[in-house]
Amino acid sequence: MSIAIPSFKVETRTRASSFSALIGAAVLALAVAAPFLVPRGAVQDLFFILTMLVLAQSWNLLAGYAGLISVGQQAFVGFGAYAMFGAVILFGIDPIVAIPIAGLFGALLAIPTAFFTFRLYGPYFAIGTWVVAEVVRLLLAQWKALGGGTGTSLPREATRDMAGVGLLRDLFGMKAAEASDALTYWLALVLAAATIGLIYRLLRSKRGLGLAAVRDNEQAARAVGVDARRTKALVYLTTAFLTGLAGALIYVQKARISPDAAFSVTDWTAYVIFIVVIGGIGTIEGPIVGVVIFFLLQNLLSDYGSWYLLMLGLIGILIMLFAPRGLWGAFSDRTGIQLFPVRRMLVGGPLAHSHKGGPHG
Amino acid sequence: MSFIDTIVQGVLLGSLYALFAAGLSLVFGIMRLVNLAHGDLIVLAAFLLLVLVTGLGLHPFLAALVAAPLMFGAGWALQYVLLNRTLGKDVLPPLLVTFGLSIVIQNSLLEGFSADSRRISAGALETASIGFGPVTVGFMPLLGFLSAVAVIVGLNLLIYRSAIGRAFRATSDDAVTAGLMGIRPQRIFAMATGLAMVVVTIAALYLGTRANFDPTAGPARLIYAFEAVIIGGLGSLWGTLAGGVILGVAQTLGAAVNPEWQILAGHLAFLAVLLIKPRGLFPRAVD
Repeated sequence: MSIAIPSFKVETRTRASSFSALIGAAVLALAVAAPFLVPRGAVQDLFFILTMLVLAQSWNLLAGYAGLISVGQQAFVGFGAYAMFGAVILFGIDPIVAIPIAGLFGALLAIPTAFFTFRLYGPYFAIGTWVVAEVVRLLLAQWKALGGGTGTSLPREATRDMAGVGLLRDLFGMKAAEASDALTYWLALVLAAATIGLIYRLLRSKRGLGLAAVRDNEQAARAVGVDARRTKALVYLTTAFLTGLAGALIYVQKARISPDAAFSVTDWTAYVIFIVVIGGIGTIEGPIVGVVIFFLLQNLLSDYGSWYLLMLGLIGILIMLFAPRGLWGAFSDRTGIQLFPVRRMLVGGPLAHSHKGGPHG
Repeated sequence: MSFIDTIVQGVLLGSLYALFAAGLSLVFGIMRLVNLAHGDLIVLAAFLLLVLVTGLGLHPFLAALVAAPLMFGAGWALQYVLLNRTLGKDVLPPLLVTFGLSIVIQNSLLEGFSADSRRISAGALETASIGFGPVTVGFMPLLGFLSAVAVIVGLNLLIYRSAIGRAFRATSDDAVTAGLMGIRPQRIFAMATGLAMVVVTIAALYLGTRANFDPTAGPARLIYAFEAVIIGGLGSLWGTLAGGVILGVAQTLGAAVNPEWQILAGHLAFLAVLLIKPRGLFPRAVD
């Protein structure tokens, strides 16, 4: 007697995701052309949106997928920014070249940080990361060569003669300031696209499956051979690298640093948390939706000072209580649409056609 | 004798940190909830005291007596209406909701009181001091130390010797089974947070009379409280007092070397304890 083995395969693709790949390509093409299409102020706004998106995607990977809730990501933003400043001011390295160096320094900082904070249980891990960020801030504020507590600026000639700026001026006839804005914007675009690509790839890989298993039930995941600690440590290092890169890039554009600004918990962690929570934690689409809403709210309410943050806090609390998966999560639950599907589905074979509940399918 | 003086001042400062930490420790012990808005609630209580003192002309201690029941009610309602909804297996909702709350409290205080730093005036008591041989101790800091010890003794008596304390411990061990015995966990949790807010009011009294505070002072208080709890070891209130004292002494010693190193020295002491004894010096709880 032979049993027919149905031929089915595991896929994550959905109709919506094929559609979104097309839309994504179109948006990307438009985004690349943006410096030629929109005024300089808008390019700076887009730069802000893209860098916040990188920070939000990183935090989302950390909290939403690895279950590591950090309120100390400003440690990596600030450390990356300071590493870039150090490389430029002390060693005369080109700011653009200093950005990847800063990313590596961010990942390096994550090793001792993880060593301490991974000893703390769940919620205490959150405050532990905050303490580490404070320690790094206080230590860097002692570094007189980089301006100590008051901070310092990038030398003018360093930003003016950045790699690529001259090329843009010759090629498109841009002014120096315009060229450096366009350059940092394109780098932010590359970084944001690479971050989303990297996270999406990671989540669809075997390691990503392990990560989801650890998040859902750590004991069960360990029982089937997933090394939970190693997986979490890997995610922590990756996000530190990405956050360090983003920090360095943000401060190449700002060209002025101080410990209080570079390690601001409001700017680099509170905003990022609200972006992810409002958009939808644990989804790749969430931070994208969140950053757009965040930007609109900021423009709408920026005249109201602290009322703006107050509102953001209230919205965050309400979303967490009544739609814990955020706006995108609520939308996705209703419609079943996933633009970056990571859920594995069986395609082909009898299982694909089975209906829920019936004994004979 | 400046070394002994530094140590004594550190112990007194540390007892203030223990007061910050006692409420955090109590709430965590009973419902495994870490309230990221704890520091902001301390600052909120300090502003409430400030309003009572300047608005009604009350003496700070009398103001604390008036504020304590108000803060108890606020804590009770906060837990019953908001935080109870977030409790569960997932640690994410309570953390994110209390983080949001922290931002909301900070910015409400900024709107209401501006960013100026304030101080609660305690009149002649502020400058009064008592001499103990070579060291002179300020009256208010000494009273703060005695209050911290009294709060710890009181909480220990309440938790281990009273009916409500038995309900606290039962709910902490197993909320579902406690529910079967006629305890309503939701109310027990609300009661615990209310109680923590009374401790917060006492902490705010000494914070406000000792030093300046402003609406953004909360997060630093949360960090000190957290460090005291971790240094002392989870689940032990006496450990929390010891943790606060160690933190305070580390800070004053650091400040004696270089005023810029005060906060850093405290953080480094915390990291050293975490390195050597990850579960704290006097751990009691399993998690």
